[in-house]
Amino acid sequence: MITHKIDKHTIYSYLEEVRDPEIPVLNVIDMGIVRDVILHDDDQVEIIITPTYSGCPAMDVISMNIRVMLSTLGFKKIKITEVLAPAWTTDWMTEEGKRKLKEYGIAPPNPKPQVCNEKLFAPNEAIQCPHCNSWHTHRVSEFGSTPCKALYVCDDCKEPFDYFKCH
Amino acid sequence: MVTQSTNQLINYTLHLADDTLILGHRNSEWCGHGPVLEQDIAITNISLDLIGQARNFYQYAAKLINKSSQTPSLGEGKGEVSEDTLAYLRDNREFKNCLLVEQPNGDWAKTILRQFLFSSYQFYLYQQLQNSSDGQLAAIAEKSLKEVTYHLRWSSEWVIRSGDGTEESHQRMLNAIDELWMYTGELFEAASYELQAASYEIGINLASIKSKWEEKVKEIFNEATLPYPGKVFMQTGGKEGRHTEHLGYILAELQFMQRAYPNSEW
Repeated sequence: MITHKIDKHTIYSYLEEVRDPEIPVLNVIDMGIVRDVILHDDDQVEIIITPTYSGCPAMDVISMNIRVMLSTLGFKKIKITEVLAPAWTTDWMTEEGKRKLKEYGIAPPNPKPQVCNEKLFAPNEAIQCPHCNSWHTHRVSEFGSTPCKALYVCDDCKEPFDYFKCH
Repeated sequence: MVTQSTNQLINYTLHLADDTLILGHRNSEWCGHGPVLEQDIAITNISLDLIGQARNFYQYAAKLINKSSQTPSLGEGKGEVSEDTLAYLRDNREFKNCLLVEQPNGDWAKTILRQFLFSSYQFYLYQQLQNSSDGQLAAIAEKSLKEVTYHLRWSSEWVIRSGDGTEESHQRMLNAIDELWMYTGELFEAASYELQAASYEIGINLASIKSKWEEKVKEIFNEATLPYPGKVFMQTGGKEGRHTEHLGYILAELQFMQRAYPNSEW
């Protein structure tokens, strides 16, 4: 049995291989959805995760991928526990994750306190174009291809891009 | 042995789940039919949020039901109850959603007004539910509130845009108010399980959010140049399982696959 030699730290490094199916540059650690890894005495490994959006279909795939990854490591008893509180926000995303998003062409979320207000007809958030770094951009649609994104277009390089909205 | 409080908690949770599932399903009917692409995406994203909230509530209800000895009639379903059996195998009379959410989409005005009336109710509901003595309901409320805030802002803007828009859009909003207002009274009329849940501090006291809701609606209607309706006879019964004819049609479509091909999977 190799499982006895695997410590928490190693499991974390393997979790970095589990990616978001919708945004494959991000792994589950970057996204900040892994809350804890617990190695129980009876060889059971428990991963505590939290969902991003309530209805995000990627969550089911992610749980399954974590399970598959742990099985290939030799774990027989795997438990994936989903906790809702404290609720996930984009502030849980790592700086590394934000960097990868930008490189991938998705503008990373602004820090939460800066935006996310309830005011009606609020002016667009200032979002930096991930392609040419211009701040001269505007929002095309508040909703995009996945629950976590909004659509923007850059007024300088004219490229459209996704913005991972603050949540 | 099911305690009275568990039973009320199950019913209360199912009521919250049914409201979000049915409105989520209604909104999903717009998929591919939105007036413009951006709003088609918006309304279907709102659907996704609502159905996601429904899943959280159903999963929790299923857990509670399985832990207790109670087995509500679930058609052919044997053994463990799951989120799927609760959504797909209960009959019309077992659904505890309010009448407002099952009303047909009508035109865009009616859909956004329905969303606004419900989102503003849900906004204050979840705000309070975050303090529930039941940890899981509080967690679902906290998680969902962020999404609902977004829905409320989006639908408020649309009510204002349409109400204070052209002569036609204004008229359509007036028609929508005529058609939907009679279903708003039920939101604040507590069903027996809501009263019980409130007395155990699991659920919220609906009277405590009614005036906030009225204020919100007045504020937005005022901005939208729409009159705040006077007293009308309010239709009720949905939360107790007495629905308008429309719910049956929704369930016929929603449940067809599981009824025709039990236990089928993707």
